[in-house]
Amino acid sequence: MRVNVTVNGSEETVDDVWEGESLLYMLRERMGLPGSKNACEQGECGSCTVYLDGVTACACLVAAGQAEGREVRTVEGLAEGQPGDERLDPVQQAFVEAGAVQCGFCTPGLVVQAHDLIERTPEPSDAEIREALAGNLCRCTGYEKILDAVRLAARRKAAPK
Amino acid sequence: MASPVRTPGHVAAPGSGGVGDSPPRPDGALKVAGEFAYASDLWMDGMLWGATLRSPHPRARIRSIDIGPALATPGVHAVLTHEDVPGQKLYGQDHTEDQPVLAIGEVRYQGEPVAVVAADHPEIARRAMERIAVGYEVLEPITDPRAVIADPERLKVQPLGGVTRYQPVRVGDVDAARALAEVVVSEEFEVGIQDQAFLGPEAGLAVPAEDGGVDLYVSTQWMHNDLAQIAPCLGLDASQVHMTLAGVGGAFGGREDLSVQIHAAMLALHTGRPVKMSYNRYESFFGHVHRHPASMRYEYGATGDGTLVYADVEIVLDGGAYTSSTRNVTGNAASLGVGPYEIPNIRIDAYGVYTNNPPCGAMRGFGAVQACFAYESMMDRLGEVCGLGPLEIRRRNAVSRGSRLATGQVIDSPAPLAEMLTRLEAMPMPPACDVSDIRNLPGGASQTTRGEGVVRGVGYGVGIKNICFSEGFDDLATARVRLEVIGGEPTALVHTAAAEVGQGLVTVQAQVARTELGVQKVTIAPADDRVGDAGSSSASRQSYMSGGAVKAACEAVRAELLARAARRYGHDDLSAIGGKIVSRTAGVLGGIEDVLGGDAIEATREFHHRPTTAMDPVTGQGATHTQLALCVHRAVVDVDVDLGLVKVVEMAAVQDVGKILNRLSLEGQIHGGSAQGLGLAVMEEIVVSGGLVRNPSFTDYLIPTILDMPPMRLDILENPDPHAPYGLRGAGEPSTLSSTPAIVAAVRAATGRALTRVPVRPEHIVTA
Repeated sequence: MRVNVTVNGSEETVDDVWEGESLLYMLRERMGLPGSKNACEQGECGSCTVYLDGVTACACLVAAGQAEGREVRTVEGLAEGQPGDERLDPVQQAFVEAGAVQCGFCTPGLVVQAHDLIERTPEPSDAEIREALAGNLCRCTGYEKILDAVRLAARRKAAPK
Repeated sequence: MASPVRTPGHVAAPGSGGVGDSPPRPDGALKVAGEFAYASDLWMDGMLWGATLRSPHPRARIRSIDIGPALATPGVHAVLTHEDVPGQKLYGQDHTEDQPVLAIGEVRYQGEPVAVVAADHPEIARRAMERIAVGYEVLEPITDPRAVIADPERLKVQPLGGVTRYQPVRVGDVDAARALAEVVVSEEFEVGIQDQAFLGPEAGLAVPAEDGGVDLYVSTQWMHNDLAQIAPCLGLDASQVHMTLAGVGGAFGGREDLSVQIHAAMLALHTGRPVKMSYNRYESFFGHVHRHPASMRYEYGATGDGTLVYADVEIVLDGGAYTSSTRNVTGNAASLGVGPYEIPNIRIDAYGVYTNNPPCGAMRGFGAVQACFAYESMMDRLGEVCGLGPLEIRRRNAVSRGSRLATGQVIDSPAPLAEMLTRLEAMPMPPACDVSDIRNLPGGASQTTRGEGVVRGVGYGVGIKNICFSEGFDDLATARVRLEVIGGEPTALVHTAAAEVGQGLVTVQAQVARTELGVQKVTIAPADDRVGDAGSSSASRQSYMSGGAVKAACEAVRAELLARAARRYGHDDLSAIGGKIVSRTAGVLGGIEDVLGGDAIEATREFHHRPTTAMDPVTGQGATHTQLALCVHRAVVDVDVDLGLVKVVEMAAVQDVGKILNRLSLEGQIHGGSAQGLGLAVMEEIVVSGGLVRNPSFTDYLIPTILDMPPMRLDILENPDPHAPYGLRGAGEPSTLSSTPAIVAAVRAATGRALTRVPVRPEHIVTA
């Protein structure tokens, strides 16, 4: 089947999609966007978290066809600026600086989910951060540095520019 | 042949930090942007998808395999069985080739690979697998390791046995010492199967090469060891198989054994096309070895004042059907079976056993984790019986520099265990549970009470872990360093085959190069087999070993640089600092770029740690470890004793790392190791019955979330090890050991339950 979808602001048409494919598979294997990760493919780990019409969702649980006519924003679409001259989003930058990245396989999903949290709740408490990120598994960090990163990003986004 | 897209490239190491600083990870920006090339992200024009048909039975004879209908499926390009393995049909770790590439006549564990398929689309491959007809004669699985020990000849899972390794340890005279003991405690313990649960699935891409060989891009922990196993099975010369490390999404021991490597290569060679394999989570639970489950019997005797007199210990580790690293895991369990305590009379019998249960091998802590839960539980019992409490009983028996381990090995570097416990004791306690916010209660937002049944408990744990490979293994690492002027600036290129699995090795390699060469710009080359063996990213060894190799290669480059500078400037009291050639007497003489000009200076060096000895097969004695590391934990828990729910409120840890190379990364290692120990304490277990895995998913195999993992307090000590580069002590594993017994001790303190099995389940807390 053919799927028309807007991904990271760009209108795309994807052909030859098998009806059983997930949005995650279509992004990763048909659209050259492997940033959303395939850690569990059963909606438990959050590593494939993307924005779907502005709401975060596990791309592995969305059928590719369900994305028809909708807007998807992936981790690759968070940085600002033109290709070749991107500036990392403050959440991405904070994850690097705070040591929240080890193997990094959970990172894209966590970055998208944390980005959404700070958009909705600019100054989240620790309890709010934990609640918002409870659906994103990380096996490396023990989460301490991830909390540090989200606090840092929230502070920077709240600071007057 | 075209190259795959998204293969790993050179990365510039950002920042300016040397050893002791915390510069950003060289791969950090790529990882947060979603642009880091993991093994499952690989893609190539014209590639096929590989899939693996696995045994549904833990033990069965294979009467027939009919691949006809599968092969006839449109879009299917190959269906291969053991008959198609081009070379040696068996492979394995440690030169124990006992594992079939694809099952031959018999399957010995649920999930054992039987056939592989290559197809245009993963769904076509999956459907083709359903059309492979395998005729099984199902046999009763052998699942009781103690029964195997009792009758190893009859209960043989495979030709090798029986018992994989029996390792005794004998010190003094335990039977005579019984008479001296005024206090005796004994207990039996069990540890369930823990999974590494790395998030990046097993994956790789195999590309046929023009010379008839194959290029592999895979996520692994030890490329050269993979290659030594792969080439013979493919019937290829070692020079025809090349490997590049694809991005690794965590490892924790689970990538030391082969997964997709030979299968993908076979399919690529057979079809002449690139083949990608990528397991899903369900398959991953069957696609790698796990932590050995353990059944342990401990008896300790002490004088009335709490001084240990003897230990009588039996440790049984179930390795599953194939050898993997069970021999070395059993050796660790034996040599570290009573932990970092001085005990004059010791009898340990450690067994690794073959069964039809899930295959087990390396996981963070490697044989030291299981025993640690038991010996720490014993110390708590003894402290209680002697009226000393958990800290004093440990301090009274703690090793220190100069003490002997159970193996007779003398600890010849700092081991300040008593001091570490005292520092732990001095750390502030978290505030009492604020029951007004339901999220603070055990069970969190799904709590159904107002906290009436919540009781706080505090517990302590101590662990000791060997660092680097032990028991006489000639452990080595290789590094190539090239210094040249790029864009007007002296730049170091560091090339090793060491696997960056998330631990931050690439960061440390760049730091070492900056410190040793006095340059700012460092580039890390992709890890591949075009440079010598780095050994495994395991045993907490890469900072020590590959760090040591990079240091040695940099020293050789620096020596040549300074020799050239000496000729140029006529001074011989030179060093390279901040990009300059500096004379002690004459100050700055010039830039490194002035000395290098258009030349490059390159050096390759191998690094070996101090040799170790084997364990005596009868007494277990020997200087078997090159380095030992200590970590101690305090855990504070709130337990809902009515509902059986546990919330870990806080963990505090003291670890001696010899020298902090990178505090940010180091803290991440201690946090992450503690979290995996928490998982083993209260939630993580592969549940097995009759040899069948009952929970192969993240829905049913639970790992800690951000709600489960509490805040941590860390106190990191730097007592240098004079034998190690920079005085460092490997730091990846120790925290995984001690957090588990600390948490269980805290739950015991809150509940009064004996809790002799991990993970602790709600029914262990609430049943009468």
